[in-house]
Amino acid sequence: MAQTQYAIRLEHVTKTFGGVAANQDISMQIRRGEILSLLGENGSGKTTLMNMIAGIYYPDEGQIYVNDQLADIRSPRDALALGIGMIHQHFKLVDVFTAVENIALGLPKGERFDLRRVRDKARAICEKYQFALDLDQKVYEMSVSQKQTLEIVKVLFRGADILILDEPTAVLTPQETERLFEVMRNMRADGKAVIIITHKLHEVLEISDRVAILRRGCYVGDVLTADATEASLTEMMVGKKVELDIERPEPKDPVRRLAIQNLTVYNAEGIKVLDDVSFDAYGGEILGIAGISGNGQKELLEAIAGLQHAAPGSDVKFFPPEREHQPMELLGKTPRAITEAGVHLSFVPEDRLGMGLVGSMGMTDNMMLKSYDAGHSPLVDRKAPQELAKEIKEELGVVTPDLNTPVSRLSGGNVQKVLVGRELAASPIVLMTAYAVRGLDINTSYTIYRLLNEQKKKGVAVLFVGEDLDVLLQLCDRILVLCGGRVNGILDGRTATKEEVGLRMTNLVKEDAEQ
Amino acid sequence: MTKATQTVHEPLLRIAKRDGIPFGKKVLVRAVAILLALVVDALFIFFVTGLNPLAVYGVMYQGTFATPVRISWALRDLATLLCVGIALAPAFKMRFWNIGGEGQVLIGGLATALTMVYLGSSLPAPLLFVAMFVASAAAGALWGFIPAWFKSRWNTNETLFTLMMNYVATSIVACMTNIMRGQASSLGTLNKATKAGWFPVLFGQRYTINIIVVLVLTFAMYAYLKYSKHGYEIAVVGESENTARYAGINVRRVMIRTMIISGAICGLCGFLIVAGKDQTISTTSAGGRGFTAIIVAWLAKFNTFYMALISFLLVFLERGASEIASAYSLNEYAADIITGVILFFILGSEFFINYRVVLRGETHKEGK
Repeated sequence: MAQTQYAIRLEHVTKTFGGVAANQDISMQIRRGEILSLLGENGSGKTTLMNMIAGIYYPDEGQIYVNDQLADIRSPRDALALGIGMIHQHFKLVDVFTAVENIALGLPKGERFDLRRVRDKARAICEKYQFALDLDQKVYEMSVSQKQTLEIVKVLFRGADILILDEPTAVLTPQETERLFEVMRNMRADGKAVIIITHKLHEVLEISDRVAILRRGCYVGDVLTADATEASLTEMMVGKKVELDIERPEPKDPVRRLAIQNLTVYNAEGIKVLDDVSFDAYGGEILGIAGISGNGQKELLEAIAGLQHAAPGSDVKFFPPEREHQPMELLGKTPRAITEAGVHLSFVPEDRLGMGLVGSMGMTDNMMLKSYDAGHSPLVDRKAPQELAKEIKEELGVVTPDLNTPVSRLSGGNVQKVLVGRELAASPIVLMTAYAVRGLDINTSYTIYRLLNEQKKKGVAVLFVGEDLDVLLQLCDRILVLCGGRVNGILDGRTATKEEVGLRMTNLVKEDAEQ
Repeated sequence: MTKATQTVHEPLLRIAKRDGIPFGKKVLVRAVAILLALVVDALFIFFVTGLNPLAVYGVMYQGTFATPVRISWALRDLATLLCVGIALAPAFKMRFWNIGGEGQVLIGGLATALTMVYLGSSLPAPLLFVAMFVASAAAGALWGFIPAWFKSRWNTNETLFTLMMNYVATSIVACMTNIMRGQASSLGTLNKATKAGWFPVLFGQRYTINIIVVLVLTFAMYAYLKYSKHGYEIAVVGESENTARYAGINVRRVMIRTMIISGAICGLCGFLIVAGKDQTISTTSAGGRGFTAIIVAWLAKFNTFYMALISFLLVFLERGASEIASAYSLNEYAADIITGVILFFILGSEFFINYRVVLRGETHKEGK
C-alpha cells in the first residue's frame, strides 16, 4: 500500500435525517502522523460525520477516499478492512470475558481460534504503545479507563491505522486523561492518523496538531493548534465571540441552609458508599463537590433528596428561611413529604432521562413531573405546565420541533436545558446539580454557569457536583472533595489549586485538620 | 492512484427512519397493506384450493355481516375482547406484565355465577345485579392485587406470578362447578327457569348491556389514562421507576392501585360473559381472550379507540375463517392461513409507518 499524504479525504459529503441536514457538503482531509481534533457544538454533526467514516451510516451524497482510493464503507467491518477503527462513547465489550477473550471475539471467520497467539500479539501492541492493561482481567472488574484502553487495543489488534475516539475523556480522571494522551502521542509517532472528538478546549490545545471545526452540520475550516487559542476556537465554533470567564460574585450574607452530620449510606449490595460525611451548605454560595466519579457524589445528593436510605446516626437538617432556629429533619422523608413540608429543594440528577425527565413525554408533560399532584382535582392541569414549557423554550433557547415532541429525541444540551429550566422555575432554596454540564457544548455550559450564579445571587444554596476541575475552581466558593465516600477536605475555591484538589481526590488525607 | 475512476454504487435500497407521518399517509399505508394482503390471499386461494378468491372473500364477509344475528354476535365478541384489552391497558402502560387476564376474567365470572346461584332467588333483580357487579369486580381486583402486592413487597416476577394465577383460577372454577352441579352430569345453564341474573333483552338485542358497558369503559379508560393524575403516574412509572421516585410518586401504591383496577375490569368482563352471554361458567369461559387482549392493547399503544378497531379486525377475521372453513369444508388450516396473511400484512405495515425505504439515486430534497 503506497503511503500517501491523506489517510482519509472527504468530498462533498452530505447526510440528512428526515429533512434535517446533519452534515452538509463536507470536504476535509485527515493526515497520517497527526492528531486531529474535531470540534463543534452539540448537534453540529461531529459524531454523524465520524460514523460515516466508521461505516455506521452511509452518506447520502459525496465520496470518501481512504488512502486516495474511493472507498465504499457500508459497515464497521468494511471500515476495519480499510484500517479504520472507532472507539465509541459506549463500550461494546462482553462483561464476563477477559480482555484477551474480548479481543479474540472479532477474529475474522476461518482463522484458527488460538488464544495464546492473540495474547502474544495483544501484549506486543500494549508494549509498543505503552498501554497499561492486564490482558487476563475480566471486563466487569475493570474501571472505565481500563475498558477504554481495551477498546483501543482491540481496534489496533485488528489492524486499524486510522483511529477515531468519540469523547474519550468525558469519563476519565485528569490522570487517566494524561495517560490516554501519552498513548495517543505514541500512536501518532507510529504514523497513525488519530481523530479525537472532545468538548474540552484545553485538551484540544494540549493534544492535537490540527483542529477541524463544524458548525450546524457545515465545515467551518481548520487551524493549526499552534495558531489557536481557546477564544479563537470558540469563536469559530459558535460563530461569534463568547465570554469565557466564569463570574464568581462574593457570597452575600451567607445563611446556613443545610447541616449534614455523620451521613452514612450503604448501597443495595451492602457496601458503604458514604462514610460519616459532615458539612454545611449556605445560601448565597456555590459549594462544589469534587471527586472521581463513583466516590459517593450520587448517593450524597440522593440522600438529601430523600431518594437514598441513610444509616442510623445520620442527620440532614434543613433551615427554612422563615424559621431559621427551627431546623427540619430531612432524612426518613420521601421526596413528596419533603416537598409538602415546604422545602424548596431542586435537584438536577446525573441521569437526565432516567431520573430527571420522562423521555417519552414532551416538554409540557415533563414540566409537571413534580407538580402534577397539586390541587384536589383528579384530573391533571396541563395549562400552567404548557405556559412554563413555552417560557423555558424561549428563555433558554431550547430547540425542539414542538412542546409535545418526546424529550428523548432532543439533543443532549436541549435535554439538560429542559431539566435545569424546570428545576430553577420551582424557585429553589437549595439547588443540587450533578454533572450539570456533562456532554454539553461551550455555549450551553456557560449558560448553565450563568444560571447557577443567578441562583446564588438570589440567596439559593447551590451544591455543584462537577468533574472539570478548572470549572470547579472558577465557579465555586468552597470545594468539598469526596474520596472513597469520605470528606477529604473542604477547600476555599479562591485559593485552592488544581493539584491540591486532584491529590485529595485520589489520596485520603490522614490528619484531617478541617472543621 | 490506481483505478481512481472506479465507481462505487450506493446500495439499491436503504432504510431510513421517519420523523413523523401525516395521518392521511398512515391510513394510506394501511389500506395498501390490506389490499396487498388480499392479493396474496387471492393467489393462495386460487392456486392452492382452486376456489374463486372473490367468492371466498364474500363468504368471509358474511361470517360477520350475513344476518342481524351474526352482526349481534360479532358485536358481542368484540365487546368481550375489547373489555379485556381495556382492563390490561393500564397495567401494560405501567410496564407491569399482566399475563393473568385470563384468570382475572374467570374468577370474576365465577363470583358472578356464585352470586346468581346462591342469591338469585332471594334478591330482587336490581339488587342482584349490583351484587353480581360488586362480587365480580372484587374477585378480579383480588386476583390483580395479589401479584402486585408480592411484587411491591418482594419484587417477585409479575409475568410468572400472573401467569400462574391463571391456573389457580382455572382449578378453582373446576372445583366450584363440580360442587354446584351436585348430582347433575353437567353444570348447564344457571337459573334456567327464573332467568334471575340474566341480562334482559334491550332494544330487541340480547347483548345491548354488554355493548353499552364496554362502550362506557372505552371512553372512561381513555380519559383515565390521558387526563387523570393517576394516568400520568402510570405513564411515569412505566417509563422509569427512578424518575417516578424522583418525582415523589409512591411506586408501590401506584402499582397496587393500577393492578386492582386492571383486575377489577377483567372481573367485570367475567360478569358480562356469565350474565350477558353464556349464563354459565366453565374453565374455558375466558376463551383465551386474556392473551389475545395483550396483542390488542399493545398494537393500539393503549389507545382504547384503536383497541376497538383492532378487536373488530380480530373478531372479523376469526368469524370469517370459521365461515370459510365450514362453507367450503376446507381444512381449518387453510382458513387460518388466509386470515394469517391479512394479519401479517397489517402488522408489517407498522414497519412502513415508522421507516421509509429509499431507492438508489433518490435524493432527500423531496422529503418533509
